[in-house]
Amino acid sequence: MPRSLRIIIAAGALVASAVLVWLAWLQPYLAEEDVLKLGQGEYSLMGTDGQPFTQASLQGAPSVVFFGFTHCPEVCPTTLGDIAVWQEELGDVARDLRIFFVTVDPARDTAELLGDYVGWLPGAIGVTGDEAEIRAAEKAFRIYSRKIPLSDGEYTMDHSALVLLFDENGHFFEPIGYQEDLDRALSKLRRLLG
Amino acid sequence: MKSLMKSAALLLCLGAPAMADDMMAMMQNTTVGPLTLSDGFAHATLPNQPVAGGFLTITNAGEAADTLIAAQSDIAGVMQIHEMAMLDDTMVMRELEGGVVIPAGGAAILKPGSIHLMFMQLKEPLVDGENVTVTVTFEQAGEVALTLPVRKKMHDGHGMSHDGDS
Repeated sequence: MPRSLRIIIAAGALVASAVLVWLAWLQPYLAEEDVLKLGQGEYSLMGTDGQPFTQASLQGAPSVVFFGFTHCPEVCPTTLGDIAVWQEELGDVARDLRIFFVTVDPARDTAELLGDYVGWLPGAIGVTGDEAEIRAAEKAFRIYSRKIPLSDGEYTMDHSALVLLFDENGHFFEPIGYQEDLDRALSKLRRLLG
Repeated sequence: MKSLMKSAALLLCLGAPAMADDMMAMMQNTTVGPLTLSDGFAHATLPNQPVAGGFLTITNAGEAADTLIAAQSDIAGVMQIHEMAMLDDTMVMRELEGGVVIPAGGAAILKPGSIHLMFMQLKEPLVDGENVTVTVTFEQAGEVALTLPVRKKMHDGHGMSHDGDS
């Protein structure tokens, strides 16, 4: 075999193995890196507990983060009710779990409105702020929201309805889907809190 | 035999209130023209929640389709007909400006997570166990007033009863 061909084959093998390494190891690793950045970004909001809400707020204790709005007839009240059930089922295990309800509709959801809206749920904190800061937070958490005009001068918001779990280091743990099976949700929470 | 059935029916009726306690308040069936409106209810609101969903089943025994085109209630500044859906973990909701068609011999079901009456600009909260009056308008059959029982949403916990008073 001519020497040049051997080099070409060797080079080809090298490229192929590099591609394999990329596909099998680096790419998922990078995707994971991306996921670990969830919630990280430049945003500065205010919680109904009077504390600022920034990326640093995710550290210190495990958290549940949900984006919604008070003019939400179904998904937001249902999710808050589900969280109440999780707390009841988990009992003491969930005592350090923080609940952040971030509005996607800061124009209407003032801190005062949000405070009572989530106040009945133990440990729940409503989060609101300037429109631009809310959009920055949505970007950091990869949350989609869109204002949809209705008749009578009204509007509603389409929005991502995933519940996002974060560990005590502020790292994204796992999502819980809307109305996900109770046992599956509880097993995720027990792993987070265990 | 007839009297046996009668007493069986009576027994069922007597048993019903006790069952209703365990279950939930049901809407009285209401008819307008060939339409029967049943299984109506509205969801109770959280503090400061200015909107709520209303739900019912409309059955059309007539020979022509009809359309639910409007709803109104003294408790709501505005009422619209909406459809919501979950698309890839995203909640989307749209106004059904053309209303809801009830096909001849068919039915339309307004239910959570789907088509609903949308109470907006609520003047007071919807409270579990109370009732709310709604007037719905059909293109053909016209207007009819309904009394919808207000219910809490159901959240099934392991240790809880099905009505989920949590």
